[in-house]
Amino acid sequence: MNFTLRVWRQDGPETAGRFEEYPARNIPDEASFLEMLDLVNEDLIGKGIEPVEFDHDCREGICGTCSLTIDGVPHGPGRGTTCQLYMRSFREGEVIVIEPFRATPFPILRDLTVDRGAFDTIIQSGGFISERSGSAPDANAVPIPKTIADLAMDAASCIGCGACAAACPNSSAMLFVGAKVSHLGLLPQGKPEKNRRALSMVRSMDEAGFGNCSNYYACEAVCPASIPASFIASLNRQYAVAAAKETVGATL
Amino acid sequence: MTPDAHIPDGPLKDKWTHYKNHAKIISPANKRKFKILIVGSGLAGGSAAATLGEQGYDIECFCYQDSPRRAHSIAAQGGINAAKNYQNDGDSAYRLFYDTVKGGDFRSRESNVHRLAEVSNAIIDQCVAQGVPFAREYGGLLGNRSFGGAQVSRTFYARGQTGQQLLLGTYQALSAQIGTGKVKMFPRTEMLDLVLVDGHAKGIVVRDMVTGEIRSHAGDAVLLCTGGYGNVFYLSTNAKGCNVTATWRAYKRGAFFANPCYTQIHPTCIPVSGDYQSKLTLMSESLRNDGRVWAPKRKEDCAKAPQDIPEEDRDYYLERKYPSFGNLAPRDISSRSAKEICDEGRGVGPTGLGVYLDFADAIKRLGRDVVEERYSNLFEMYHNITGENAYERPMRIYPAVHYTMGGLWVDYNLMSNIPGLHVLGEANFSDHGANRLGASALMQGLADGYFVIPYTLGNYLTSQFGKKRPETTDPAFQEVEKEVRERTAALLAVKGTRSVDSFHRELGMLLWDKCGMARDKAGLEEAIARLPKLREEFWKDVRVLGVGENLNESLEKAGRVADFLEFGELMCRDALARDESCGGHFRIDHQTPDGEALRDDENFSHVAAWQYQGPNAVPTRNEEPLVYEEVKLATRSYK
Repeated sequence: MNFTLRVWRQDGPETAGRFEEYPARNIPDEASFLEMLDLVNEDLIGKGIEPVEFDHDCREGICGTCSLTIDGVPHGPGRGTTCQLYMRSFREGEVIVIEPFRATPFPILRDLTVDRGAFDTIIQSGGFISERSGSAPDANAVPIPKTIADLAMDAASCIGCGACAAACPNSSAMLFVGAKVSHLGLLPQGKPEKNRRALSMVRSMDEAGFGNCSNYYACEAVCPASIPASFIASLNRQYAVAAAKETVGATL
Repeated sequence: MTPDAHIPDGPLKDKWTHYKNHAKIISPANKRKFKILIVGSGLAGGSAAATLGEQGYDIECFCYQDSPRRAHSIAAQGGINAAKNYQNDGDSAYRLFYDTVKGGDFRSRESNVHRLAEVSNAIIDQCVAQGVPFAREYGGLLGNRSFGGAQVSRTFYARGQTGQQLLLGTYQALSAQIGTGKVKMFPRTEMLDLVLVDGHAKGIVVRDMVTGEIRSHAGDAVLLCTGGYGNVFYLSTNAKGCNVTATWRAYKRGAFFANPCYTQIHPTCIPVSGDYQSKLTLMSESLRNDGRVWAPKRKEDCAKAPQDIPEEDRDYYLERKYPSFGNLAPRDISSRSAKEICDEGRGVGPTGLGVYLDFADAIKRLGRDVVEERYSNLFEMYHNITGENAYERPMRIYPAVHYTMGGLWVDYNLMSNIPGLHVLGEANFSDHGANRLGASALMQGLADGYFVIPYTLGNYLTSQFGKKRPETTDPAFQEVEKEVRERTAALLAVKGTRSVDSFHRELGMLLWDKCGMARDKAGLEEAIARLPKLREEFWKDVRVLGVGENLNESLEKAGRVADFLEFGELMCRDALARDESCGGHFRIDHQTPDGEALRDDENFSHVAAWQYQGPNAVPTRNEEPLVYEEVKLATRSYK
């Protein structure tokens, strides 16, 4: 197959970016999108042009590293990550526009590579259960209903890729935060820190410059892990309760 | 020389307890005086950083990924073993230990494996306390499955994403410590060399992958948790960034590299479809619990659609050859059987390199909804990649490089022969022998990080009381930094015609061919002769564009491939010197009449620990004898 790529190129965080046009020739339809970019890069190297920088690693849809906006949609058409997108999803001769994930808290490092460290900062602020290695009770000491464990697993499936924030007109990270707050808050082990967690993660998110949710559901539509927006509702509830308690000086 | 494994005295079952009771302890006030450098943030590195940070040590942790949450541990699908015996099916720590030693084809160190089995239960407790959402039964208790050649159900799992959930648990524990400032995290930072001061590992030289800055970090001890070297084959199930550089640089500074020829080829991967391909995708072997592996009995049927091949013309070869283990035969055996079928011309799919994994019977027996509940994400993944629906037609699978049992040599303390240099997880060699059992990699990574190194590190650190930690201005650091800068500059200066990937692909094809699933003397010798030429060509003709002072993936890859080109030769040398077959190392000149691996216990019941002797010199092969006190060596039989 043959395509024309319009690729965002930017030499560094402080320099202005631009679109460059590159042909993608003789691409097998069973190649993945990233393999198509590999082939284009090989071509560019042959011509003495620096290859396009893009983030990728596991290439099996689980590590959350790949982060391309394709024709305006984070991760492009289909429901998976960029690496799980195959060229048979495109039409012969198509012009494909490739940009980085765009959100103010995700500064561009180079070309299509962005810094998503803000997500790590949010987790560091409270996205965990405090426990000491070696101090845990027997794993079966606290039974957890299967329905609760399954729901927690749905939330825990988030791969932290940032597509939610990139798709959101407000660059909101509430699907990401909602998934973690729900995952840990649903489990008995996570309940003791539930209120503190919701407060500090939301504050950390605000500080990083992510916006608020205004119910576009663009996040849910692009999430490769199919995290439902209902977890945002759960985040709002947890945050409201925690903030109310904090306001009246109740124990958190 | 014979490296000393420092195995504690006493009966096997008491060694670890005895060790812990007498281990040297560092007081909380002293812990904070020690700075530990941890390279890698996967299950081993992440859990070590979190635990040591929480204990009060001053930690610096480095990873090449943009976040510690993305380490390749995340991709493990199937599960994690533990000897909980929650199923009351006769499991015990001893049985897990025995299965692991036998699965490793009697080429692992008994004392390390027993310790691994002993701490396995604490890992599950720890993970549940962290909020890892393992699969549960309706009564709320944890579910288990039988996995990868085990006759008991001891595997804990979180859908097909166990590695992801365990790593996120570790990442969250690590994040808590980063939040408190006990751990300083350096993402997008790659270790390019190890610094020795007076023979002790006291620092590393890294490259900031965003700015290109090359700088040193000094510490009181260094922990390498940098994973395996499967990407030496170019195509593997490893993430694209996985590399041998950290362990290889340590080897060139004097650390022994043990058993590099032990590589694991996973039997259930999606077959290769073309030369554009950048990586192979694994389908969890949990699929073999319900799927049946078969190939057509006759070559003529290979091109037919599978549903048109009647039952009597199908060869369920694993069930036929290994009636007691059937489709659950261990990985090395299953992989080799698939290769034999394809070598006979009975492979399926467009390339002829594939066999069927069929769920028709499971769907009939359990119903489609149960199969969906167990494997839906894997079926979706398969559909996404191949465009085929595995509920309706069997999957096509073929073996692919997946895990490497070899790694830097370590003693019982997980310390290499270089004082202060510790190696954890897949990067070391110790627990899996010549073949790793399914669901044991996650167990080992977390055992090393959560429950072993916190006890054994003190053994080294107490010897360092009163010694001042060197500064990065020390000449030893300056010297190594200079070498790293020169090397980086040299890669950019070649300005040849061929891309890094083209060399990597050529290396991979050569090694897959000569040092892959089946090896022989002539092929290995040929590879050893060809590799120096390929290296020479690389340094004459590689084209790395751009500059060092910027984000430059070609440059990162070039450094890694340069190391793979050297490492590949050591792997072949090890495979050639190990003149026997065992586990994943199958020498076609050493097999039983029915094609099974033929060990030579008299001459090869040892660890080969390779010692660097300088560029272009043949390395020395040291031997650590493997002494079996508890287990009786037997021919591994899964029939």
